[in-house]
Amino acid sequence: MDMGYSFGIIPSGFEWLAFILSAISLIGLVINGVLGGVIVLIWGERRLFGRFQNRTGPNRWGPYGILTPVADAIKTMFKEDILPKDADRLLYNLAPIMVVVPVLIVFSVIPFGLGSFVVDLNVGILFVLAITSISSLSVLTAGWSSGNRIAILSALRSVALLISYEIPMGLAVIGVIMLSGSLSLGSIVESQQIPYILVQPLGFFVFFLAAMAEMARAPFDLTEAESELAAGHLNDYSSMKFALFFLGEFMAELATAAIVTTLFLGGWKGPDFIPSEFWFGVKLVFVLFLIVWFRMTLPRLRVDQVLQFAWKGLFELTMINIITTAIFMYIWPEPGVKELLILAAINWPVAIISIWGVSKILGTKQYENLESLKNENAYPYSFKTLPSEFYHEKVEEGKIK
Amino acid sequence: MSLETRPVTVNLGPQHPSTHGVFRMRVTFDGEEIIDVEPIFGYLHRGSEKLAEERTYSQIVTLTDRMDYVSSMLNNQAYILAVEKLCNIVPSPRGVWLRMIASELQRIASHFVATGFLLQDLGALGTPLIYCMRERENILDLFEMLCGARITNSYLRPGGVFMDAPDVFWPALSRSLGDIEKSIDEIEDYLSGNEIIFSRTKGTAVLSSESLVNASITGPMLRASGVDWDLRHRNPYDYYSEITFKRILHTASDNYARYWVRVQEMRESLKIISQCIKNIEPGPVRPSFDDVPRLVRPEPGDSYAAIEGSKGELGFYLVSDGGISPYRMHVRAPSLINLTLLREMLVGELFGDLFVIFGSVDLNMGEVDR
Repeated sequence: MDMGYSFGIIPSGFEWLAFILSAISLIGLVINGVLGGVIVLIWGERRLFGRFQNRTGPNRWGPYGILTPVADAIKTMFKEDILPKDADRLLYNLAPIMVVVPVLIVFSVIPFGLGSFVVDLNVGILFVLAITSISSLSVLTAGWSSGNRIAILSALRSVALLISYEIPMGLAVIGVIMLSGSLSLGSIVESQQIPYILVQPLGFFVFFLAAMAEMARAPFDLTEAESELAAGHLNDYSSMKFALFFLGEFMAELATAAIVTTLFLGGWKGPDFIPSEFWFGVKLVFVLFLIVWFRMTLPRLRVDQVLQFAWKGLFELTMINIITTAIFMYIWPEPGVKELLILAAINWPVAIISIWGVSKILGTKQYENLESLKNENAYPYSFKTLPSEFYHEKVEEGKIK
Repeated sequence: MSLETRPVTVNLGPQHPSTHGVFRMRVTFDGEEIIDVEPIFGYLHRGSEKLAEERTYSQIVTLTDRMDYVSSMLNNQAYILAVEKLCNIVPSPRGVWLRMIASELQRIASHFVATGFLLQDLGALGTPLIYCMRERENILDLFEMLCGARITNSYLRPGGVFMDAPDVFWPALSRSLGDIEKSIDEIEDYLSGNEIIFSRTKGTAVLSSESLVNASITGPMLRASGVDWDLRHRNPYDYYSEITFKRILHTASDNYARYWVRVQEMRESLKIISQCIKNIEPGPVRPSFDDVPRLVRPEPGDSYAAIEGSKGELGFYLVSDGGISPYRMHVRAPSLINLTLLREMLVGELFGDLFVIFGSVDLNMGEVDR
């Protein structure tokens, strides 16, 4: 008797049940794994914030405060769910779902280890780029449907960010696709004889920054800029809807780190004596640390500067990267490790020089000379010519009056 | 279907995280660009000036603490100078040196807060702000040694201060001076080595020195436009005529210049404090109660005394009718007067810079509304 996949548990004629059950269990595993990862990420990010800011960070619930996100989740659930008077009911309720679902779908194509993935799509990277754009749409929906002017400003910013940063993000991946010759994330990992960050420094730089902008993290957090828009599109959300936005934001961070790891850091590859999932996790944590570090240190850019940075800075850098990689691929169509090392030796100087050049062009000019700024028609007390130093000296009685 | 674009009016505040208190602005935007601003204030009005008419001259010191609550010592000093002028009190030298030390420390603390909130308004998520606040804590610890209070000090009295500094104060002060200098270096590195800060602050909210003078704006804002106006130099009060310091001036008159002036002034304040420590001599910290009673009754008349506060010219105008409390007290609050050009600064800039420009005035709502 042919037992098939069912090992005799499922009667013959019902083999499709085995497929559905395994799919459900896989989906459950990945979703719960991601949610657990988010809880650890929230805790880790807060602990890191604490360290960066000379504080302890959360330390009350559980060992080292690891249960704080759980406590937060329970607290948020018991908050009152508010629907603003001017809100568009359908879109207002739809937006939080639109944040979470696309990010969860992204995890289905990411190879977490050797052979551990839900599905290996042959257009994986295109799928990822397409799906992540939906998250920005949810910000637009949330901002528009809240019926709140600040939220609408945030929604408009989110659209501007999406339109600008999709392009450098997509173009930055092209170098990787050319080298690996495949769009599938699984084969991209397998083709990385050395991690592509060594071969594609510009690609990594642009992709990382563009991904930060896509998910609106500091220094590009224009959509929920606390000091300007208060919380932007999140202004009117409360209770579980807010929690879903919060969850979506952190899952996006996790997804971005996973994609960067897969594309540029060699994915699950590492020495064989430890399981491949471990190497994936280590690289993931490293990328997450980078993201948190950026967020903790840098002030926010203004909206015109953010868009300028995408179009005048990152776009050119991706073009340089594509051209160098294309010339290389023309000479060595099937590169081995030696050829890849040659490309790395070429690409790093190219990357450093072009980043330096772009920073020179886009950077703010220093005050050339204070002399040139002097105001000719100034008030009598202003100085017409700038002496090197002004001192208030010890004076005799009644000299200055 | 016809499409039209029209400006959007957004109400920002009083419940907004970066209005530095409870300030409200009705801002009209054309997209991201600001085309009109209507400032509305008075949410923190506590009637300090009216309350002063019911208090004795010594009791009013506690009211002045609560006006600009990040620079209480300077408020105390301005008020006490006005009282001394009104009552013709000759202060004790040690008391004057002590209050100069206290007020310069307060100036450093206030400038730290201003710089920290610049970075907070720029969106740096709290890290630089907490670094600045940490240094302010050092100074507040020193105040705790001096008078037992950290924020609302009420340290000064007519004729000097109410208590001599304890012995532990002097070593702690000299240790703190070194620490503060290091942290000023740190903040300056952060301010002058960060491209995002350059690009956000340089060339924004530029004002000409004429318009600043016409609006009677004083303090770091005025000095950043190149007008050499520092009351410690122009009209030395206390013993400022006996010490040497550099007058910090800049010509760009933009947001960056304002913060540059503030950071450099912190260094000069450190120098002033170390000169004060050199000059201070043992003696009484205030005249005896025979000379200056607790309940002073000045002759009918008026007096105005102004100091270079952390935000600008801080003046107190007192009118006496011969009673135990002033007939009228008026405060020339630099925070309020420096806001006069808010509209001129904001119109034409982008939303992202709104609160940075607003914060570059370095205002304190306690002082604006009083």
